[in-house]
Amino acid sequence: MITALSDNTWVVALSQAVAAVLLVLAVLLVAQRYGVSMFGEATWAMTRGFVQVVAVGSVLAVLLRGPVWTAGIVLLGMFAAAASIARRRAKGIPGAYRLILTALLIGAGSVIVVMTALGVMRWEIATLVPVGSMLLSNAMNAATQMVERLRSDIDAHRGDIEAKLALGGAPASCVAPYVENAVRASMIPQVNTMTALGIVFIPGLMSGMVLAGADPVQAAIYQFVVIAMILAAGGLTAMTAAVLVRSRFFTAAEQLVVPAA
Amino acid sequence: MLRAEGLTRRLDDGTTVVDDVTFGVGRGEVVAVVGGSGAGKSSLLRLLNRLDEPTAGRVAVEGVDQASVRPADLRRRVGLVPQTPRMFPGTVADNLRWAFAERGETLGDDAVRSLLERVQLPGYADRDASSLSGGEAQRVSLARVLANEPQVLLLDEPTSALDEDTKGEVEATLRDLLSAGEVTCLVVTHDEAQARRLADRALRMRDGRVVEEGAVEEVLGS
Repeated sequence: MITALSDNTWVVALSQAVAAVLLVLAVLLVAQRYGVSMFGEATWAMTRGFVQVVAVGSVLAVLLRGPVWTAGIVLLGMFAAAASIARRRAKGIPGAYRLILTALLIGAGSVIVVMTALGVMRWEIATLVPVGSMLLSNAMNAATQMVERLRSDIDAHRGDIEAKLALGGAPASCVAPYVENAVRASMIPQVNTMTALGIVFIPGLMSGMVLAGADPVQAAIYQFVVIAMILAAGGLTAMTAAVLVRSRFFTAAEQLVVPAA
Repeated sequence: MLRAEGLTRRLDDGTTVVDDVTFGVGRGEVVAVVGGSGAGKSSLLRLLNRLDEPTAGRVAVEGVDQASVRPADLRRRVGLVPQTPRMFPGTVADNLRWAFAERGETLGDDAVRSLLERVQLPGYADRDASSLSGGEAQRVSLARVLANEPQVLLLDEPTSALDEDTKGEVEATLRDLLSAGEVTCLVVTHDEAQARRLADRALRMRDGRVVEEGAVEEVLGS
């Protein structure tokens, strides 16, 4: 129906956006009737999301015509932004920004570099930026979930950890069970995604490729590749963050300190 | 054997939990630290085991300033048995071997047997540590510290988390262990009768300070 409104693709795109916004507003009104008041928060998120994604689209439109190395600059900017967002979840942990940025560069960064070197990710802006950002955003979530879980587990098990420290245990081994749990917990969403792939949902990238006319089976295989890369990047980032963050729970004299969240 | 000088711990909010505490414990001596709740008794033990950092003062064992000793080594030499026993996953023997495994050493079956006999739990080596009663767990917790052969043993309210019957059993184990005069021990207790039964000397703490020190009878009355 909307596509019949105009031959101008801009008019169609903006009309589709308006339809989506109206739908969300309707849902929010219904929610408000049931006492769930998210109107302000959700409209702000929608406005911000729209502006951000249009800005990124505009940048991509310019970048796609530029040299491929500019993808590296864009990705580095995204890494810095991701570390800044994730730092808010690691409040109170000294050096959180640098720690998470390092984990993201080692985790998501190395997966991007290796997969590009192997030719799995094409050496072109149109692949590096969108696929790289998918890996990065999932790695950021894995890192923040790991840090939050580790902090709450260490806080809940102070007595057990100090019982081991009091026997002469090394800080790393005293918190090892909680580090293991936190890394595992941070990887559960990605493992679930992989398990449910194609059954519970058909992810956006595959849908986009099919809509753009790609062969569905080839699109499915590439989607699998991307999800596998997301799992690898998330796991490596969470593990790196865990190794880096665990020492922040101890003083130089190996005393347990749990920063307040 | 153990000497604390001017030991002080001030928290970030300005509260002083241990205030300029000076005392000594001789080799083979058992000293009770008594006082009301919040007097700073447990905080003092944490400073001696260096689970907390003193704001001022020093602790020396056999004349060696413990600030110059690696924290892990200090904690093996000055072993702390916490108020609430925390069993690690695995068997009782796994618990006794934990600190040894941690430093890449092994504790033989005979040593495990001997430790369990010292805490009156013979035959418990293969029991699942999570299935132990409170009193049994407290004695395993004690044996786990003794496995490190500490020069000084710190006991933090060793029976306060136990019921009356079990309390008697654990205290009997402690009496046997301490009466031989081979263990230098600082025992924190709010139970003055227990302090009389276990200790040679006593320190009374109030508001983070040592307000009385001397023979048990002098400090606690006869």
